[in-house]
Amino acid sequence: MPKSSSNNKDCAGSQFVSSNSQTSKHPLTTHPVQLRINPGLVFSKPVWLALLTLLVSCVLFMTLQANGNWDFVLPFRGQKLAALMIVGYCIGVSTLLFQSLTHNPILTPALLGFDSLYILIQSLLVFFLGAVNMFTSQPLLKFGIEVALMVAASLFLFRLLFNRTEHSLSRLILVGIIFGVLFRSLSNLVARLINPEDFVVIQAASFAQFNITNVHMMWLSLAICLVSAWLIWRWRFQVDVLMLGRSDAIVLGIDYQGLTLRLLVVISVLVATATAFVGPIVFLGLLVCALTNRISHSMYHSERIVLVSLVSMITLVLGQTLFERVLGMAGVLSVVIELLGGMVFIGLILKQYRKQVA
Amino acid sequence: MFDSSAKPKARHVLLSPMLLNTLSVLLLVALILLSLSLGVADFSWQGLWQALTQQSVSNDLQLLLVSRLPRTLAIILTGASLAVAGMILQVVLKNRFVDPSMVGATQSAGLGLLLVSLYLPTSSLFSKMLIATLCAIAGMVLFMRLIKHLPATDILMVPLVGIVFGGIIEAVTTFIAYETESLQMLSVWRFGDFSTILAGRYELLYVTGALALVAYFLADKLTIVGLGEAIAINLGVNQRLMTWFVILTVAMISAVVVVTVGAIPFVGLVVPNIISRLMGDSLRRCLPAVALFGSSLVLLCDVIGRSIRYPFEVPVATVFGVIGAAIFLWMLLRKPRKPKSRKLEINPSAQA
Repeated sequence: MPKSSSNNKDCAGSQFVSSNSQTSKHPLTTHPVQLRINPGLVFSKPVWLALLTLLVSCVLFMTLQANGNWDFVLPFRGQKLAALMIVGYCIGVSTLLFQSLTHNPILTPALLGFDSLYILIQSLLVFFLGAVNMFTSQPLLKFGIEVALMVAASLFLFRLLFNRTEHSLSRLILVGIIFGVLFRSLSNLVARLINPEDFVVIQAASFAQFNITNVHMMWLSLAICLVSAWLIWRWRFQVDVLMLGRSDAIVLGIDYQGLTLRLLVVISVLVATATAFVGPIVFLGLLVCALTNRISHSMYHSERIVLVSLVSMITLVLGQTLFERVLGMAGVLSVVIELLGGMVFIGLILKQYRKQVA
Repeated sequence: MFDSSAKPKARHVLLSPMLLNTLSVLLLVALILLSLSLGVADFSWQGLWQALTQQSVSNDLQLLLVSRLPRTLAIILTGASLAVAGMILQVVLKNRFVDPSMVGATQSAGLGLLLVSLYLPTSSLFSKMLIATLCAIAGMVLFMRLIKHLPATDILMVPLVGIVFGGIIEAVTTFIAYETESLQMLSVWRFGDFSTILAGRYELLYVTGALALVAYFLADKLTIVGLGEAIAINLGVNQRLMTWFVILTVAMISAVVVVTVGAIPFVGLVVPNIISRLMGDSLRRCLPAVALFGSSLVLLCDVIGRSIRYPFEVPVATVFGVIGAAIFLWMLLRKPRKPKSRKLEINPSAQA
């Protein structure tokens, strides 16, 4: 496949404008002997570095400023650490898969309003059934129903957005953002119409907070992450071929419709899990994927999936450690991520368009 | 063969301004009456009539003058000025998908207001408005620098970058509010709400009405500016001056609305687009209709907000967020209309 090996780290789909083909130092140009990249290679240098950094961050998170109360601190922080890592994995992997699916380094599920959709579904459930209902005693069943609704709704949204003849990127993102605004406004409206007691339930879910303590949710999310990781690992080479574009992938024997559907289901389940756990964060996925695209050596998914999970976990764990322990400002991580992610987004768009015009 | 007398109609029929404006005025008057009668306190029209004619003491006149009338007037002024601000912004930026809340003006005004409330809490409402205006101007200038690099052919990129830009400024504002424990104060300005309007609290909005009026008198020059730099120079209109006027007007309108009421998104986007579909693009013809329709729409949303959960109120921004987003989505997703002229040309019976 000469096209893919001579191309570089961002997705090699034909609709892409590769943003760093000539200007940045690409490993292929500095290591001329490395002409063939093994598509199954997982443990490249960036992955090792990321793994090391993650270990260091975890240790820091658990031990910094602990003041010696290990019986309490270790389980308490361990739970938070597990939650952060699960969320990091879900958001990073779902965004990466979405970008491969849509052949675009700027789109993310959050930008298309998928996470506000989850909040809306929750608000509507509370509105129609009340907060104390048959599901309060079975939070797992409630979560299951919410995820099912979310998968159905996101499939519908995806079909609405992507089955058009003109593929204008900006229209797509704008429609997605406005869908997000619509869902959020509807959630606000519903929040105003319900009792204050019921409102507390929704309010807890609609703010991105990184300290959660629901143990059952944790085990369920862990199970979901492991199952999805196994599935994605099985499909990783097919997704590589998917990145070549619709016609090329079909010619090479990929079941395009089926694979798209399966990937979408996995993506929406992961987004639902992450949102159920911590609430909506719009730009984390974009930030993490942009970073991964920069530092990964190849664009094969064997490496990139692992790398994006690691980078995403590092962002959350290190970020939370930094803000909570070093700077003393807890709870601000989500705001800073929005800030940085927004700036990265604008930078990406300007860079892509400057290349096109120039 | 082509028959020169059977000229195909190039566009759909534009509504006559007289008709549309009359309908808007009627709608507005009906909504005003509805808005004046809706509310939690007891208010009766008979009591009011008695108070006016027989000079008898009654609460109704008091209620009308202090609460109901100011609220209705505030809504009308807000709706009209936001719609006019949106329209002139669209003309000058040559992009029909922008709105004061999508160029960073509203969010920068919010940031300015937060900073003033934290560090100069004893300043008057007027100085708060001034500082918020300055911040809004700074935000808009920064945004226009940013979009200079975008290609002119992709018109949807500007609102996209604008929304993200607004989001960044909002994140900075939330950060500062979180650190200084003023998140609750912030939420008052994020959600535009008319429930706190009383006589003596809304007079600043007359400034926005005056600005909208000035914009109407400058409408022709603004239309020329919207046609491009070459044409503006040819026709002797100072493009820089007009652009600065628009920036100042939009910034001041956003700042005043944020200070008095709070942020109401999408008004300046949705109303001019609906009117343009019905009446074309000429500013002088459209501005009165835009102002009237803007007031009616915001008044309608406020009435809905007051009656959904009577006696509790839903803020206007929430209701308008839903309606405005739905209309915006419809605008983005509808298929472009095919011109009707083709049918007349290939019709075989239309032969001389």
